Amino acid sequence: MILTQQLILGLLVGGLYGLAAAGLSLTFGVLRVLNVAHGELLMLGGYGTFWLFTLWKIDPFVSLLAVAPAMFVLGLLLYWALFQFVVKAHEDTRIKNSLLIGFGLTLVLHALAIRLWTADERAVTTAYAGAVLRLGGLAIPWLRLSSLVFAFGILTALHLFLAKARWGRAIRATAEDWEAAALMGIPVGKTYLLAFALGTALAGIAGGLVSVSYAISPSIGLEWTLKALVVIVLAGLGSLFGSFAGGIILGLAEAMSVVFVGGPYREVVGLILFLIVLVVRPQGLFGARS
Amino acid sequence: MSFETNFWNNWNFWNDWNSVYELRMLEVEDLRVAYGELLALQGVSLTIRPGEMVALVGPNGAGKSTLLKTISGLLAPRAGAIRWQDKIITAASPQRIVEHGIALVPEGRRLFAAMTVRENLELGAFTERAQKEKRAQMERVFTLFPRLFERQRQTAGSLSGGEQQMLALGRALMGLPRLLLLDEPSLGLAPKIVESIFVILAELHRDGMSLLIVEQNVHAVLTLVQRAYILEGGRIVGEGDGKKLLEDDHIRAAYLGPLARGAR
Repeated sequence: MILTQQLILGLLVGGLYGLAAAGLSLTFGVLRVLNVAHGELLMLGGYGTFWLFTLWKIDPFVSLLAVAPAMFVLGLLLYWALFQFVVKAHEDTRIKNSLLIGFGLTLVLHALAIRLWTADERAVTTAYAGAVLRLGGLAIPWLRLSSLVFAFGILTALHLFLAKARWGRAIRATAEDWEAAALMGIPVGKTYLLAFALGTALAGIAGGLVSVSYAISPSIGLEWTLKALVVIVLAGLGSLFGSFAGGIILGLAEAMSVVFVGGPYREVVGLILFLIVLVVRPQGLFGARS
Repeated sequence: MSFETNFWNNWNFWNDWNSVYELRMLEVEDLRVAYGELLALQGVSLTIRPGEMVALVGPNGAGKSTLLKTISGLLAPRAGAIRWQDKIITAASPQRIVEHGIALVPEGRRLFAAMTVRENLELGAFTERAQKEKRAQMERVFTLFPRLFERQRQTAGSLSGGEQQMLALGRALMGLPRLLLLDEPSLGLAPKIVESIFVILAELHRDGMSLLIVEQNVHAVLTLVQRAYILEGGRIVGEGDGKKLLEDDHIRAAYLGPLARGAR
């Protein structure tokens, strides 16, 4: 029973890992740029939701309607100010340069958040925060369940956009072969901008959901960047639902480790999975690229 | 006839023709392109008139692909000019050049392998100009390549080499080009398929399309085109009527080999 209960909680948190990873995977897959400040962007989204709730009592699921576009705009600004210069470099040097810029951004955002909002842990506590769905002897927190469904819905919407919309297809084409995309008349710079802004918005949404069901503080960034990286390696690039599934696998693995090895080893399990997949299946569980 | 006299005769002929009509669709003038220190094109000039089918032949590393990529805007030249209907397009982005009506079918086809045939074609019509004509143009492409219609829901990566070349060609046509640049359209294809691709190219030419074709298959392409340029070491070393170049001693020795002499 304890195992099932833990697995359910693992599944629920895994959905958020997946959402966080999907954003990072989108920017990485399209721009070939690794934004290590992804976790900090998630943190910002969390604070956005937190303050909208605390100051104006806006329900977190409603405030995401404002947080997501705001984070999208932040993504546009960050691309314009920083990452557009990274993608101008040759593909081999992009990762290196993006790491430097990403770590710089990490430090700035982290310091800024402490300055503005102190280092305290915060959480959105809604009236329905404690509601639980009882199933037999199991307790499923409604909030986390809705977060999972919400995350899945967002990824489905994004999937449809990438599959059907003109600009969505342009993003996929650019991810596959940017030179060929340019030859189709696709403005590659604009697709980079769009993909980066979408990735930032996804981070923001994930952060909002984290602030509702878990807790946020200025220092959660690194942890979430690591989770997202582990999931990307686990799932491989190129599929949003792959990222989602990868996140859930990581969540379940962590839950099992809590039961069988003990809570403190939770973080280690992710890294062990990371190593195993790197050795056995470097392209990821669902990745097609070799 | 020696190569030299042949070359100059043709040059005069085309020069006269040119002065009569003054029709220049694409004009490349003294183009210099470098990769770092290495000068890949050392002052290349060539002209393509409306509705003309022109070949560009030369050995590996002569700069043929470099020239096509520079015209398409993927590479920036160090010096020189590219004019399209008397407008300078030298430093334009690939996107602008596609909108002007110049499309490149790149070497190795460069399809979006994970996407379906239909999605590839739709991406070919990405520009505003082509979006409006998308439906009608797709009909035309499917009429030209019925195989693509049959396989429209398959991924591009699952097609055979010949079908992939057809898709690459169809995808470029979706952008409503007026000048089609082709980089090695016969590469890696069986002779029979090469033949059918060339038939299609002749058909496009008959319908008024201008074409610039880079080919290793020198004999076939010289038979097909009206005019050809020879590019060696980053310089144009010859130009002339396609079929006359086939008779030329230099061309025969350098590109057609001993087998071509007797058999064809």
